[in-house]
Amino acid sequence: MKKLALLAVALLLAPGLAAAQDILVRGARVHTAASAGTLQNADVLVQDGRIAAVGSNLAAPAGATVIEAEGRPLTPGLFGGITQIGLEEVNLEPSTNDAELKLTAPAWQHMWRPEFDVTPAFNSRSIVLAVMRIEGVTWGTIAPLAAGSVVIGQGAAVTLDGRYDAALPGSNTLFVNWGSAGHGASGGSRAAQYMLFDQAIREVREPGSSAAAALLQPEGRAALKGYLAGGRVVFHVERASDIRQVVRFARARGMKPVIAGGSEAWVVARELAEAGVPVILDPLENLPNDFDKLGARFDNAKILNEAGVRIAFSQTDSFHLRKNRQLAGNAVAHGLPWEAALAAITSAPADIFGVGAARGRIEPGQTADLVLWSGDPLEVTTVAEQVWIAGNAVSMRSRQTELRDRYLERLRSGATD
Amino acid sequence: MRTVLATLASVLAAACAAQSQSTPETPLERAAEKTARAPFSSTYAAPVSAPTLIRNATVLTGTGARIDGGDVLLVDGRIAAVGQSLSAPEGATVIDASGRWVTPGLIDVHSHMGVYASPGTNSASDGNEATDPVTAQVWAEHSVWPQDPGLEAALQGGVTSLQILPGSANLIGGRGVTVKNVPATTYQAMKFPGAPHGLKMACGENPKRVYGRKGQLPSTRMGNVAGYRQAFADAQDYMESWKEYDTKLAKFEKDKAGGDEEATPPKPPKRDLQLESLAEVMRGNLLVHNHCYRADEMATMLDVAQEFGFKIAAFHHGVETYKLAGRLAQEGVCGALWADWWGFKMEAYDGIQENIAFVDAPEGGCAIVHSDSEEGIQRLNQEAAKAMTRGNLAGFSIAPERAVRWITANPAKSLGILDQTGTLEAGKMADVIIWNGTPFSVYALADQVFVDGVLLYDRAHPAARPRSDFSL
Repeated sequence: MKKLALLAVALLLAPGLAAAQDILVRGARVHTAASAGTLQNADVLVQDGRIAAVGSNLAAPAGATVIEAEGRPLTPGLFGGITQIGLEEVNLEPSTNDAELKLTAPAWQHMWRPEFDVTPAFNSRSIVLAVMRIEGVTWGTIAPLAAGSVVIGQGAAVTLDGRYDAALPGSNTLFVNWGSAGHGASGGSRAAQYMLFDQAIREVREPGSSAAAALLQPEGRAALKGYLAGGRVVFHVERASDIRQVVRFARARGMKPVIAGGSEAWVVARELAEAGVPVILDPLENLPNDFDKLGARFDNAKILNEAGVRIAFSQTDSFHLRKNRQLAGNAVAHGLPWEAALAAITSAPADIFGVGAARGRIEPGQTADLVLWSGDPLEVTTVAEQVWIAGNAVSMRSRQTELRDRYLERLRSGATD
Repeated sequence: MRTVLATLASVLAAACAAQSQSTPETPLERAAEKTARAPFSSTYAAPVSAPTLIRNATVLTGTGARIDGGDVLLVDGRIAAVGQSLSAPEGATVIDASGRWVTPGLIDVHSHMGVYASPGTNSASDGNEATDPVTAQVWAEHSVWPQDPGLEAALQGGVTSLQILPGSANLIGGRGVTVKNVPATTYQAMKFPGAPHGLKMACGENPKRVYGRKGQLPSTRMGNVAGYRQAFADAQDYMESWKEYDTKLAKFEKDKAGGDEEATPPKPPKRDLQLESLAEVMRGNLLVHNHCYRADEMATMLDVAQEFGFKIAAFHHGVETYKLAGRLAQEGVCGALWADWWGFKMEAYDGIQENIAFVDAPEGGCAIVHSDSEEGIQRLNQEAAKAMTRGNLAGFSIAPERAVRWITANPAKSLGILDQTGTLEAGKMADVIIWNGTPFSVYALADQVFVDGVLLYDRAHPAARPRSDFSL
């Protein structure tokens, strides 16, 4: 009995997912974020958690839930950017924050720990997930965070539907600070980042080559080895000269670099396009917030897109992750085509993080992560009306809506404070 | 509309009352009497501008009114008329604003421009005098670097006035300064003429964290409150000693005039710049801007204010203001808020997206959208749009002409400058924005921004926009 009661409580507390069933969304303005572009008055059929068909006049299978979109926009579930969602419940409360490894040592004997992987610390029951989910953000990338490291560790793309095993297969990524971001951990000179990284690579390729003061543990050597064989490595780097150098450096050593930040990426747009290196940027970064960002400008995204660079959008704060579509809208206001802006928060990041075959587009075969919007999905006066993740309708409630409703009632009853 | 006018009238009345009381009471004011220009006072004077008639726009006046097909006439740096079918004076520049929207210039009540400038260098980290929990003696303006490139970015976002505050490390962080967003070499040349100083106070986690680490008071919230109270109690004592001095001085002057050759002048008390600021708060000449997240702590601060007889102009960052919206409206305290910031610390755990709409709702409610951010200050309109949307979905009825007050008239009110700017009304400063469409949109861009009738930013002429020395 007790056990049963506990189970019931657990079910109640589990993220608000209804049982998966067939869904037909009828008459939507479908933004596929795929080659089909935008389809007017189109239907999307979901079966077994996947998109079964996209077209017009689709028939509803028996028992399917039919949603009349009445022309409202339907998009793929949005990408939340690279943040620490699920790794920190309250940023400034250390006991709730698992994003940073602080095995501190003097810089000269500092160990690199590429084997540090934050994905096991991901808390799928974090209240932050529901807050973001109901705004249409269905997945994101979690990354370790460490201002005082060059190689920070590994993360992955995760679904935000609340399942425990949230990491998406094939999305594991190594995160590295470069330029002034890694300055403190490279002896005060960014030049030493190349020196130290080459030392680490040598330790991987020639175990036993190093002296007593090795950078890597055996586990670290094993972890880094995979990334030197075509693995995805995200470099947090802003300055044009650093971007150019690190792209050449990483490619020459077998890594597949991705630029994150990239305030000055527009300066080297052509080189990035030729090298096929994507950039994950914040289109609201237009100020010279530090000397690595003197060239920051509003039309960074536009210039990169025109040059043929694959772009995705991200800001850096877990608690602002729902703002990603506002970032996209602002990029449009500063010249980026609308479809490219939508791609930058759907299909492009899915491709960058290796999950594009399963997520990020409205196409048959894709996981049914869908959002029905009240209007233009990039507009600040628009809200998500219904979100589905893997074909499950998400309960559109969060701790924030609970608080709102409690105090709405008090305000309306004229209760004194 | 009626509410707004009533509020305006009461603010004007309060301002007048404050004026009549402000005989030179502080030593600084006494010093100022002997010179042509008071030390640290504004040297800003708007350049001469030609008349401008903006025609056929959707005009949100900031008083709560919307005029479709509206005209706004700017003459000699002031708003000359707002209405329909206005005629252009001779020599006026006429702008056809068909399909576009016009609002008052935006005002950010919470900025650290110039004190935490871009780029964020060690050299320019001048916003927190985090060496003592009470530093009411410091003035943010003495840290302001006028070349902060964030200022020109904010202008591009339509911000024509802003208050620059010290940070929140301290219980009482110092005086804030209100400036016009004009390019200048000195802060005095930006300073809003006649605007009262703000006084930055901070509740909660920040002061107790900063000083708790140092092993000194405050390390707790109760320590915080003891800190505010002792500071104001000391200031009361200080005011008393000046009052005694004034009495003795009056007696001395009387005795001397009466022929008493033996009379000796009294020795004035030593000036204490910290207590001077706090005395000015209690005299009503400095406006308290109080960083305070939690509803219970706001209620405590209202009691502290009551104990010492001062008024709090606005609670800033109050993510829990929605829990206390009725009380704030009753007491005439504004809530200066973000649209959706939350979660980054425990005192921000209960943030909701309807917060601003809640504060706006009661009779007399004064909601403000503020930034505290060099990024957010560039898009106050978008933040207001988000808050308006959430409010309307929750069942409040908020039209753009009402929501625009959150970024214009209400911040002006909390800064004590509503008689000068913040609405489009004849006689006020011609701080005006022409938007490319509705400002309540992610696609909104300011086409033209006027400060005191001068076209400072024109999107069509990027080369002519202000650029700080740093941006060259």
